[in-house]
Amino acid sequence: MKAYLGIDVGSVSINFVVINEAGEVITGLYLRTKGRPIQMIQEGLKKTAELILPDYEIIGVGTTGSGRYLAGIMVGADVVKNEITAHAVAASTMVPDVQTVFEIGGQDSKIIILRGGIVTDFAMNTVCAAGTGSFLDQQAARLNIPINQFGGLALQSSVPVRIAGRCTVFAESDMIHKQQMGHQIPDIINGLCEALVRNYLNNVGKGKEILPPIVFQGGVAANVGIKAAFEKALGEPVLVPRHFDIMGAIGAAQLAQEEVQNKRTSFKGFKIIGLPYHTGSFECDGCSNVCEVVEIYEEDRVIGRWGSRCSKWDIV
Amino acid sequence: MPKLTFPRMGESWRTFKMLLEDLGNEVVVPPRPSKRTLDLGVRYSPEFACFPLKILMGTYLETVEMGADTIVTSGGVGPCRAGEYAMLHHKILKDLGHDIKMIVFEPPRLQPLNFIKNVRALNKNRTSIRGIIAHIKRAWRKLQALDNAEKLSHVVRPREITRGTTSKMYRRVLGWIDQAYTTEQIIEAETTALKALREIPQDPDREILKVGIVGEIYVLLEPASNLEMEETLGNLGVEVERSMFLTGWTRDNTWTETTEMMSVKEAAAPYLPELVGGHGRDSIGNTILCAKRGFDGMIQIAPFTCIPEIVARTILPRVSRDYDIPVLTFFLDEQTGKAGMSTRLEAFTDLMRRKKRLQKRHFTLTG
Repeated sequence: MKAYLGIDVGSVSINFVVINEAGEVITGLYLRTKGRPIQMIQEGLKKTAELILPDYEIIGVGTTGSGRYLAGIMVGADVVKNEITAHAVAASTMVPDVQTVFEIGGQDSKIIILRGGIVTDFAMNTVCAAGTGSFLDQQAARLNIPINQFGGLALQSSVPVRIAGRCTVFAESDMIHKQQMGHQIPDIINGLCEALVRNYLNNVGKGKEILPPIVFQGGVAANVGIKAAFEKALGEPVLVPRHFDIMGAIGAAQLAQEEVQNKRTSFKGFKIIGLPYHTGSFECDGCSNVCEVVEIYEEDRVIGRWGSRCSKWDIV
Repeated sequence: MPKLTFPRMGESWRTFKMLLEDLGNEVVVPPRPSKRTLDLGVRYSPEFACFPLKILMGTYLETVEMGADTIVTSGGVGPCRAGEYAMLHHKILKDLGHDIKMIVFEPPRLQPLNFIKNVRALNKNRTSIRGIIAHIKRAWRKLQALDNAEKLSHVVRPREITRGTTSKMYRRVLGWIDQAYTTEQIIEAETTALKALREIPQDPDREILKVGIVGEIYVLLEPASNLEMEETLGNLGVEVERSMFLTGWTRDNTWTETTEMMSVKEAAAPYLPELVGGHGRDSIGNTILCAKRGFDGMIQIAPFTCIPEIVARTILPRVSRDYDIPVLTFFLDEQTGKAGMSTRLEAFTDLMRRKKRLQKRHFTLTG
């Protein structure tokens, strides 16, 4: 049977999704990036191959996320798309009349406004990563609570505790202050969830018309405390789709399906799992920009370069 | 003889170099801001200062190494701290042991004496007043030629058939304009330059989006400070119209010459009737004027912590809603990673393209 592969290479996680012609998710993988995108892309492909071969044949591949170019070059993607478009596409197929998408990932948080299935506005955090997954990860580790129980604890809170949400440095020192005063952990975590939601709505969501249905996706959507804080702040139900943590990859697969309507895929096949990849970098001394150029090698061949401001090092 | 240098903003240095040399000065051309400029600037500037202060600090330190001992720069009025930067730079340079002279131009209308005194200090050749005026006129003409070539490159780049041709040709024509000295030569170089840019093979059927860029002047004018945003947009098939050019100021400040019969100030008035310093009000006014001209979207760029642009940023969502024009804001700092910006620009382009197609479809259905 024919199928499409979507890969979302994010800062914290790498996701692999295979969808069939009807757009249904056949497999979905959520792996931690662990700072090693190349290795994890190969590992993810290997696991995906084990799950779908020999029943399915991949006839289109899309990549998204901050590592989309790297992944695109490695696997031979038909479409390489930014994560805003990918997330919007996925949300609007899962919840067809969706008007607002909250997406909070490892480093980015975004809001996407759709009207009639079309993206009409979006915003992304610019200079500050307060309230994204990495910070929650950090705090969970500091409090020695597994991240998957972190949000649940917030729901047990009975007393409101106010935490500053403007900046993670302020938030952390506020949390420590409250903890040393003797506040209960669930109350502090709940305060943190509310602070992050406040910051998100005020910063990323500023000036946006937030209309239902609201879909909440990205890794942080697993956190029921944040979901509850959103619902409390907005007075509207917030939907977390079943595949909330792999929506970017679903979108990439859907975009790939659109892209290969009339052409053959450039997917290199699962054989690349076994190929050696490595990267190297150098500083170009062609001008005063002194660009840091990164190269990726497949076996001994350079297959991609990026980081330069001019076209001098464009491939190949 | 003293060696002069000045802030670098895009390609305008070619003009300032000519003018200062005409007046009999030796000039040290400020190098294009690089990683090293940033390292130096960040090391010796107050942490909370904005990006332009840091880049300029680095640039000055680099030019001092190259032998410069006098800096010519501008002051400023109104509630933007950039007006104090010349003094702050001077103090930091002194603390570092560099005995630098600073010549600071304030707006001549407000401080005519300062203007005359500064011109006299720069007039090493003892040129007559008439001579000085002729030099300035010729320099202005060169600045116009440089701006015109840049404007045309923004129109051609999104339509080019082979990616990169426009940027390559643009760098070449800059050299031609740079070489020109007399007014006749400047006009000839400009004509040849514009012709060469126009003759780049283009795809007339490509669907082109038009985007206006507003924001703080330094990050608008120096591509090295905005990660070459205009070039990136051009490569995405977007024609860029920047609201600010050094030669554009006079046009924007007289209402009769804008096609909307309205000045930037008047356009901004319903939203922001006050001068908030810097170019905050211009960012709002220009967004409205561009919306009226049917642009597909607007981009605001500003240094991180820039108060005037923060004021504009909080008002722009309302303008965006009232005029149905998407607006995207970037705050720039010393980040050199381009990925975040590319992602947002790409998504913004997708958004505008879908919106445009929908409108077109709607138009054919109803009309």
